[in-house]
Amino acid sequence: MSHPPPPLPKDELTGLPGLKTWPGVYALVLAVFVLWVALLAWLTFRYS
Amino acid sequence: MNTLDYLVLLGVLLGIAAYGMWHTRGKRDLRTYVRGASNTHWLTIGISVMATQASAVTFLSTPGQGFESGLGFVQNYFGAPLALIVIAVVFLPIYRRLNVYTAYEYLGKRFDSKTRLLGAGLFLIQRGLGAGITIYAPAIVLSTVMGWRLDVTIICSGLLVVGYTVTGGSPAVNLTQKYQVGVIFVGMVAAFFVLLSKLPAGLGFADALTVAGGFHKLEAVDFSLNPDRRYTVWTGVLGGMFLALSYFGTDQSQVQRYLAGASLRESRLGLMFNAVFKIPMQFFILLLGVMVFVFYQFERPPVFFNQTAWHREAARDDSGRLRALEENFNSAHADKELALKAWVEARHVGDKAAADTARADALAAQGRAEAARAGTKAFLKSADARISGSDSDYVFITFILGYLPHGLIGLLVAAFFAATFSSKAGELNALGASTTIDFYRHVVRRDAEDAHYVKASKWFTALWGLVAIGFALFANLVENLIQATNIIGSVFYGVVLGLFLTAFFLRRIGGTAVFWGAVSAQLLVFALYASLSISYLWYNIIGCAACMLFSAVIQAFLPRSAPMDTSNASS
Repeated sequence: MSHPPPPLPKDELTGLPGLKTWPGVYALVLAVFVLWVALLAWLTFRYS
Repeated sequence: MNTLDYLVLLGVLLGIAAYGMWHTRGKRDLRTYVRGASNTHWLTIGISVMATQASAVTFLSTPGQGFESGLGFVQNYFGAPLALIVIAVVFLPIYRRLNVYTAYEYLGKRFDSKTRLLGAGLFLIQRGLGAGITIYAPAIVLSTVMGWRLDVTIICSGLLVVGYTVTGGSPAVNLTQKYQVGVIFVGMVAAFFVLLSKLPAGLGFADALTVAGGFHKLEAVDFSLNPDRRYTVWTGVLGGMFLALSYFGTDQSQVQRYLAGASLRESRLGLMFNAVFKIPMQFFILLLGVMVFVFYQFERPPVFFNQTAWHREAARDDSGRLRALEENFNSAHADKELALKAWVEARHVGDKAAADTARADALAAQGRAEAARAGTKAFLKSADARISGSDSDYVFITFILGYLPHGLIGLLVAAFFAATFSSKAGELNALGASTTIDFYRHVVRRDAEDAHYVKASKWFTALWGLVAIGFALFANLVENLIQATNIIGSVFYGVVLGLFLTAFFLRRIGGTAVFWGAVSAQLLVFALYASLSISYLWYNIIGCAACMLFSAVIQAFLPRSAPMDTSNASS
């Protein structure tokens, strides 16, 4: 019989729906950053 | 501005300041006064971090940069999300675990007292200088175009922000920043949509982008490796990351904002809020400037946007040179407008050959218009050295006063002042806190009651406010206000960041080595800045690397110090 994992300390919880860990939050922020740079690059090449 | 505008302006500014003072009256304990209420929510922190960073310079000067140079300046912020993640992972847990009031307290715990005082001293010097620009920048532009007295504008706006910052401390700063950011956001978005509505009939947003692109205003990213180019992806990601690491990670005006969080989680989320929204916010403000550029392709702009200076010199100019340059500019603009209309029409009907011809005509006319503008700037500069050769700071406010409806004009001017106040309040709050905690409590009087330090903090905050007002009263206009702020930051920030990165990652290095390493690195940065013409963003990396390298070399000649574990220390 498997035991449920111990609860994370309060500060380790992100409190965000769908993003339970901080590495997940940082990965999302990085993805948003990459998306922005890609959009700006597209804008540059589309209108230059 | 009419009566309605003045009512909106005064109502918004005085209302927010009075509410902030009333709501936070009677805060007596040092922790609350310096760090803020212990239940501060992440959104409040996120807004507070953003408001402290984005001053009126951001909202007045950045659209001018978009007008003049296009979107390229947005690259300056590419390093911010990366830096904010590093701060959330490395810096923040240490600050919170040590329960420090200021970032420099950590340097004292990790190294020694002199290193703490060096870090705090570098902060006070560069932030004190920057604080003068924060208050002077919008005042010079607004007083010039409104016809207000510059000294009265500086003193009145300065005293108002000093008043509520001294009275309410950090809680008042956090509270007022929320409402001030709301005013700024509503004002800027409204200005954007009114601007789009004022483009010529038949010219849609896509056409406006095409026109802007035709004049190279939409070149947002530049992958060039030329170190002389001021804004490239590489300077943005590398230099911008170091600048953001230094600013958000070690500048007390920011550290104080996110240490207000009720928990590590609230502080982290506040930082991530900025990591997500910083680039889009700057992009939007630059795009606003680009759209103002497009608007002025179909509406004749002044040859020089600082019209007060132009009219003053034109009245004195017996040679008629300024008037002749203006006529050349107007003639070139009329030709350009015709060519642009032909270009848009040819594109709509799919006539590529006609479109290419019309675009070439428009670019040729633009070249003539730019030559007339350059001649005007050179003439004005030679006639009166106090006139800045750059008029980009006057572009957005000229558009606002000329084309926005009354009421909205008052709201936009209120937004510029709100941005000044929110940024200034964060800076003053930090300057007062660092002077009290790092110098007064640490060096002068160590064992007084909380109430005594709160009182001292109020006095130091007021004193820094008066210093900033005094600096603003006697400052001269610099070429571009937002760049001046960033340049001052870059010259000092790299070394301060080097102190902190040495503390975090080079565990064998002791206080004496890092102190002299930092002093040597700062002298090197001064010397390089005086002799090189590279992008100022590189000084963040150079200062940081030099500080860490010099510290390691000096440590090699000193007795080895034991690595220090600060993980369980408490203040």
